Amino acid sequence: MDRRRFINIFAGGSFAATLAAFLYPVIRYVLPPKQAEAVQKKVAAARTGELAPNSAKIFKFGSTPAVLINTQEGKLVAMSAVCTHLTCTVTFETSTGTLFCPCHNGRFDMAGHVISGPPPKPLEVYDVEIAGPDIFVSKKG
Amino acid sequence: MKKLAQSLFGYFDERFKLQGLIGYSKHKMVPEHEYSFWYYFGGISLFLAAIQIATGIMLLLYYTPSIESAHESVQFIMSSVKFGWLIRSVHSWTANILIGILFVHMFSTFFLKAYRKPRELTWMTGFLLLVLFMAFGFSGYLLPWNELSYFATRVGTDVAGSLPLIGGWLKTLILGGPSVSQATLSRFFWFHVALLPLAAFFLMGIHVLLVQTLGMSVPVKIKDKKHKEISFFPDFIYKDALGWTLILFLIGVLCVFLPWEVGKKADPFAATPLGIKPEWYFTFMFTTLKLVPSHVLFIEGEQLVILALMIGAAIWFLAPYLDRKAARDKPSPLFTWFGIAALLYIVAFTVLTYAVPKIGQ
Repeated sequence: MDRRRFINIFAGGSFAATLAAFLYPVIRYVLPPKQAEAVQKKVAAARTGELAPNSAKIFKFGSTPAVLINTQEGKLVAMSAVCTHLTCTVTFETSTGTLFCPCHNGRFDMAGHVISGPPPKPLEVYDVEIAGPDIFVSKKG
Repeated sequence: MKKLAQSLFGYFDERFKLQGLIGYSKHKMVPEHEYSFWYYFGGISLFLAAIQIATGIMLLLYYTPSIESAHESVQFIMSSVKFGWLIRSVHSWTANILIGILFVHMFSTFFLKAYRKPRELTWMTGFLLLVLFMAFGFSGYLLPWNELSYFATRVGTDVAGSLPLIGGWLKTLILGGPSVSQATLSRFFWFHVALLPLAAFFLMGIHVLLVQTLGMSVPVKIKDKKHKEISFFPDFIYKDALGWTLILFLIGVLCVFLPWEVGKKADPFAATPLGIKPEWYFTFMFTTLKLVPSHVLFIEGEQLVILALMIGAAIWFLAPYLDRKAARDKPSPLFTWFGIAALLYIVAFTVLTYAVPKIGQ
């Protein structure tokens, strides 16, 4: 290796290393730090008697919205309200007794299954339990 | 007075060599023919971008990028600040008109095959500018923190998140966390007023420099025919200025009769409102996502749509290199048909979104 080639490699390598040394902190700075999310396994979603048959309520479950439904038959069911297609929040449609996502017309039944539209997966269903005056919703298992 | 103007001009001419610039503009000629009407859309785009910079800087005076007060600050601009309604409406209306004009500019350039050698880079920087201005629209849409923009951002960023390999990383980078939050608003504000303008200035600089250096392209069809030429300054600029005046008049009328709405403040724990849709220039993708089923063979519907759109965009971006016939100054009907198909798809799906809102239900 002659002297000129050595200097070229040395200078080019130094430049690349300097660039990387500048860019690495910039990229790490732009990517947000991971923050531990408070994991919530059980929440008081509503008071007993708050929901009439064939109505629903959206409540906060951890950092995402969930929905508690009192079906036409008077059964309480709860599930995630985040559509599995592109994360819009679903809404309970009283006329059909189904959950509807207005973003891309996804539709789910009371077991969280996809009835129609583009959602690829069912909604996550939660356990419902009545304790005293409150209705508690918790993750399964 | 005339003497003062002359001596001032002399002072600056000595320092900036203005005579050279004026001489260049006077000698620079622009072809005039049956298709030269389409040339003016580039100048109009530049004019509208200047309006956006001016009104955007003014809005910064009162806007606060925080989820507690962003919506209130926009309401304050609209209702309490003198002419605030005008400045914000001009900014919002111009954003939409600018993207419409950019689409017209891009499609006319495509159909006239103005991308052919040696204007490949002009085409490519132009396409990137359209993408950049759509990103301006997307990031600016969230800033008032209303419910439509909140859910549009959730959908839009989830689309980015379903890209293969880099999706998850890209979504976190855009959102600043796992979901749309204060971090997202801060980032969108940063994109909108710092990063995107920097990139836009850079690309616009290259684009305009290339247009000035290479001049206007004459369509293949009439390339060998004799046609008139007009001077860039003052003839072409005068005609350009007429277009600017007309568009400014249109913006003024729209702002006075249809001031831009503030909307309802976003509530992350409320159901998505019925009839939600993004800004009109994203609706063709939005309706496609509605119509494609959850799974097509082994692939998820949304991934298939994204993949197809990305392939289409890549062909569009690389058209100057793929269209070998146009590069040799020959007609290339295959690319013309590709352009017609793309135009029909965008127009049809945009119209469908508004004409049949329950499509796919």
